[in-house]
Amino acid sequence: MQNILQISWIIPVLPFLAFACIGLILHRSPKGSAALSILAIGASFILSVLVAIKVFSGDPGQVFEMSFRWLNMPGLNVDMGILIDPLTAVMLIVVTTVALLVQIYSLGYMKGDPGFASYFAYQSVFAGSMLGLVVASNFGQIFVFWELVGMCSYLLIGFWFGRNSAKNAAIKAFVTNRVGDFGFLLGILFLMIVFGTLNYGELAVKIAGYENMAVLLPIAILLFFGPMGKSAQFPLHVWLPDAMEGPTPVSALIHAATMVAAGVYLIARAFFIFSQVPQALILIAAVGGFTAIFAASIALVQNDIKRILAYSTLSQLGYMVMAMGIGAMTAGMFHLMTHAFFKSLLFLAAGSVIHAMHDEQNIWKMGQLSKKMPVTTWTFVIGALALAGIPPLAGFWSKDEILLGAYAGGYIGLYVLGSLVAFMTAFYMFRLIFTAFFGSNKEGHHAHESSPVMTTPLIILALLSIVAGFVGSPFMNNIFGHFITAPGAVHHEANLSIMVISSLLALAGIFLAWLIYQKEIISAESLRQRFSGIYKVLYHKFYIDEIYAWLGKVFVDGGARLLEWFDLKIINGAVNGLAFFTGWSGRTLRYAEDGQVQTYALYLFAGVAILLITALCAVFTAVV
Amino acid sequence: MIGLNHYLLLATILFGIGVYGVFAKRNAVAILMSIELMLNAVNINFVAINKFIQPGNTVGQLFAIFVIVVAAAEVSVGLALIISIYRQKKSVNLSDFNLMKW
Repeated sequence: MQNILQISWIIPVLPFLAFACIGLILHRSPKGSAALSILAIGASFILSVLVAIKVFSGDPGQVFEMSFRWLNMPGLNVDMGILIDPLTAVMLIVVTTVALLVQIYSLGYMKGDPGFASYFAYQSVFAGSMLGLVVASNFGQIFVFWELVGMCSYLLIGFWFGRNSAKNAAIKAFVTNRVGDFGFLLGILFLMIVFGTLNYGELAVKIAGYENMAVLLPIAILLFFGPMGKSAQFPLHVWLPDAMEGPTPVSALIHAATMVAAGVYLIARAFFIFSQVPQALILIAAVGGFTAIFAASIALVQNDIKRILAYSTLSQLGYMVMAMGIGAMTAGMFHLMTHAFFKSLLFLAAGSVIHAMHDEQNIWKMGQLSKKMPVTTWTFVIGALALAGIPPLAGFWSKDEILLGAYAGGYIGLYVLGSLVAFMTAFYMFRLIFTAFFGSNKEGHHAHESSPVMTTPLIILALLSIVAGFVGSPFMNNIFGHFITAPGAVHHEANLSIMVISSLLALAGIFLAWLIYQKEIISAESLRQRFSGIYKVLYHKFYIDEIYAWLGKVFVDGGARLLEWFDLKIINGAVNGLAFFTGWSGRTLRYAEDGQVQTYALYLFAGVAILLITALCAVFTAVV
Repeated sequence: MIGLNHYLLLATILFGIGVYGVFAKRNAVAILMSIELMLNAVNINFVAINKFIQPGNTVGQLFAIFVIVVAAAEVSVGLALIISIYRQKKSVNLSDFNLMKW
């Protein structure tokens, strides 16, 4: 069994091979491409399961590592390798499961798309990059795959690049991520300069005894820039809601397993650094908590089914980051895992709805879908219940553990905030459900259930959304927390009153949504009228995009105008001025050269006369 | 008594007339004649200085003869040019020609 770890480097390599094969050979055959891609990720999935079995049957502290030198120059050494520990094993399972199910689902969703083959090629390289990131044994390698993940998200968000909105969303995602990645890269280089190594294990040893906070604090904050961009934390969150411009299975992949999970995973991986710097932890907790409530409040009023889910992802990511910040790293990773399952379920189910509704995404134009699409509806409801944190579904256990961490750690403010977010989450999810799946059929649409190739992944994910939480529950002795932990990460015993309170809050949210949107006892319209100011701000997402656009206009365009002026007046002025002077002197001196022999004779004579007078003057002054 | 200064003055006046002729006249033949005047002013200087400064030798006289010879050659070439240009352009007025430029 030991040799399963020896060959675990194949896990990320297989999807890359599939990508290369599709790109070079198979791209003319859509069916072959899809088959190869799914085969590769399926094999990776099986290997991941074997690796996980091996890891979780052993001792929690064991680490398997192997690597080779990839880049070697004075001052910078980067290895490529694999590091298998319980954290990696969990991520491998999550990434391969979701990626595999999403690819199978895509068979139905992307059917007939002209870019079918390249879609699967991108999917493969996306999954491969994320797996490479997960198994990375050092910060240099993680950065390489980090960027590859960013590039793949760009390709997939802009997959329907014929649409302007998709094109712009892809660019927005890429540029926003660059901002975060730049800080991340600076942090990595700082680590290399200060500690001389990028390897996790070596760094952990060196940093454990390191006292100089003035160095460690900037490093921690710069490193946090990476997760801020990738995991879409405020103020770099703007790209994630727009990322839904890609095909819906891609949204599921980005929101659940690959893209945004990378940021949270990085905080967990680098937790040995963050846990040394209390100020950085406070910053992380504050950013996460703010993002959680900020995004949840926006989700309350959105009308687009995917946009609601996107803001819900933002909010949940804020939850995870907040958990990291308050030291509950185990809870954050647990929530990342459960969230991956139910969020990909929600997105895939939403994709099934959109497919059935012929690309209609406005929830107010749906209604009564439960009759026509029972499988989609009930899997969606399971996902929403899990997200809302209704026991005993997966989201309940993980969300509860975060709230518990906040409460027990003494962060009462964050605990209240988290509970409020839980209430809002339940409300907006069931606002969506009551409006779109139940309620009345407003438009008289003719939706139909999707094909089994799309509903089967939904059912599997729904099952996972139900059971995945048990690994972290007291019923199984919190086996998750037993394996996933880090020095400095705190863990608290389950607290029944917190469980009850959060469940009641979630139920209250669902009940309120039921009153407003199902029974219509409370009129949504009159609420909107009464709070029209707040509604408008929320509906426009706090005008963040507008503010960024304005900032871009003022600073980027203003700077461009300034530089344009400098270029036109100063640079061009100097060049043109020189040319003008040359032309002017030519035009003027032209009259001296008229071709008249007498004029030339005059010059000759004048020249001789001047020379003579000068010479005579010199002689006379010398004599006198 | 007529001394060196008188000769030099005469030569200067003659040279000045020559210069004036070269610049002011438009007729090419007149300009050639003005050049002759300037050459002859130089000749007077040669002869006079030879006579008054170093009466013993004849270098100045000799030079004057050389100048006369060269002047004769120059005039013949110049007149040939003028005739040639006249045949082409039917003019010997120098302001009609601006051939000395691109």
